[in-house]
Amino acid sequence: MDEKFIEVKQLYKTFHTKKQDIEVLKGIDLSVGKGDIYGIVGFSGAGKSTLVRCINRLEEPDSGRVRIGDKEITALGKAELNRQRRKIGMIFQQFNLFDSMTVAQNIAYPLKMAGMPAREINARVGEMLSLVGLSDKKDAYPGELSGGQKQRVGIARALANRPDVLLSDEATSALDPQTTLSVLDLLKEINEKLGLTIILITHELEVIKYTCHRMAVMENGKLLEQGLVRDIFQNPQCETARNFIGVYNKFRSDYWQEEAE
Amino acid sequence: MSLYKYSFWEVLRNAFSMEVWERVLPAISETMYMVAISSVFVLVFGVILGLVLVMTSKEGLVPCKSVHTVLSAVINCFRSLPQVIIIIVMLPVARALVGKSYGSNACIISLVASCVPLFARLVESSLLELDKGKIEAAKAMGSGNMRILFSIMVPETMPSLVRAFTNAVVIIISMTALAGSFGAGGIGYIAVTYGYTRFEHDLLFATIIVLIVIVQAVQILGDTVSKIILKRRHLI
Repeated sequence: MDEKFIEVKQLYKTFHTKKQDIEVLKGIDLSVGKGDIYGIVGFSGAGKSTLVRCINRLEEPDSGRVRIGDKEITALGKAELNRQRRKIGMIFQQFNLFDSMTVAQNIAYPLKMAGMPAREINARVGEMLSLVGLSDKKDAYPGELSGGQKQRVGIARALANRPDVLLSDEATSALDPQTTLSVLDLLKEINEKLGLTIILITHELEVIKYTCHRMAVMENGKLLEQGLVRDIFQNPQCETARNFIGVYNKFRSDYWQEEAE
Repeated sequence: MSLYKYSFWEVLRNAFSMEVWERVLPAISETMYMVAISSVFVLVFGVILGLVLVMTSKEGLVPCKSVHTVLSAVINCFRSLPQVIIIIVMLPVARALVGKSYGSNACIISLVASCVPLFARLVESSLLELDKGKIEAAKAMGSGNMRILFSIMVPETMPSLVRAFTNAVVIIISMTALAGSFGAGGIGYIAVTYGYTRFEHDLLFATIIVLIVIVQAVQILGDTVSKIILKRRHLI
């Protein structure tokens, strides 16, 4: 297995506002193995969304490198970047489906862009719909779907062009717990079936615990701790990780047990 | 029939008489001609300028400060002039372009000059309402700018664009009536010449009725089209 399939090196990003400069990423080093599900957890404003958006350059980093496979993403020109982006799927908290297109057209969109012939597109769309369990919603518009169904369409659209990487930007944060679970199960299934590498950012620790193999804890533009999910849960090194796990345990504690003790 | 001689109801009844409509009907077709041709020009140029405004803005797909600033300033200049003044200013331009400064075709030029900047701003605000996340999703899938513009931005905002165009057409209709008093012909000409200078108030009433009916029809048509699109997408 390629241990350093995705490599991020010394990534810096500063947002300039009129009042002040906000340094969002302060030298991020990260490597993700091929076929891994890698979770990045952090409180709001930690910079995790900016980090994941720098990986496909929706946000341009000020300095540093991003490499996926043998492609140096940060060195690509505009046309080549667009070609590479077709091999990086992305899903979003607000789904970002196109309301003017049916479910099938949404899924077909990235394929059309890749120049796939119409007949193949139809077959692939059907395949994707059955993968996410929405074959009966082919001709529905996103406006008719529930949040969970929308995110499934989002996943089908992100995966239609058979990407090597899937970036998940808080993809389950707008969903109820039951739907979250089913979407996470779907991601795990896809990861196993297709060997897809997934980078998943979230502020929900249980999402990471349930889904990811490895994780990083992010705070204030820096990755404070990286490692196997189990190691970090059992023996958190940094304050933020302890903090997160503290909150997590507090939510899980049962007052009736405490009373019994 | 003047209101100075006859009662309101008599004048109103006469507004529906044959002799009145013999004069009003040709004016309606002149007005329709001007509105139709102007609307087409306003649609084409307004959409183009509106798209350029959005594309070149700071958060746009191809930020270009110089183009955006100049275009925006020119649009503001035209928009700060009242329609009457635009008509007067455009008279020599019309003479240069269509050979004479009166008549329907000359009127169309000032209608276009006045309504294109307005509609460009309406298009701009419709497109700016679009959720940035959708554009980002399209970018993340490796779409080029033109594809984002025509496959995502325009179709996604279509209901709002239809409403904006409806507004523009209503304004074009009212401005056609205004241009009528500057020799453009049409309903406005009838209202001014007969209704104002010759006190033929039955004709004036007829023009009012015609304008109300036309504007209502346009508004209902625009609202319906916009609603049909929204219903089809299950957004209402």
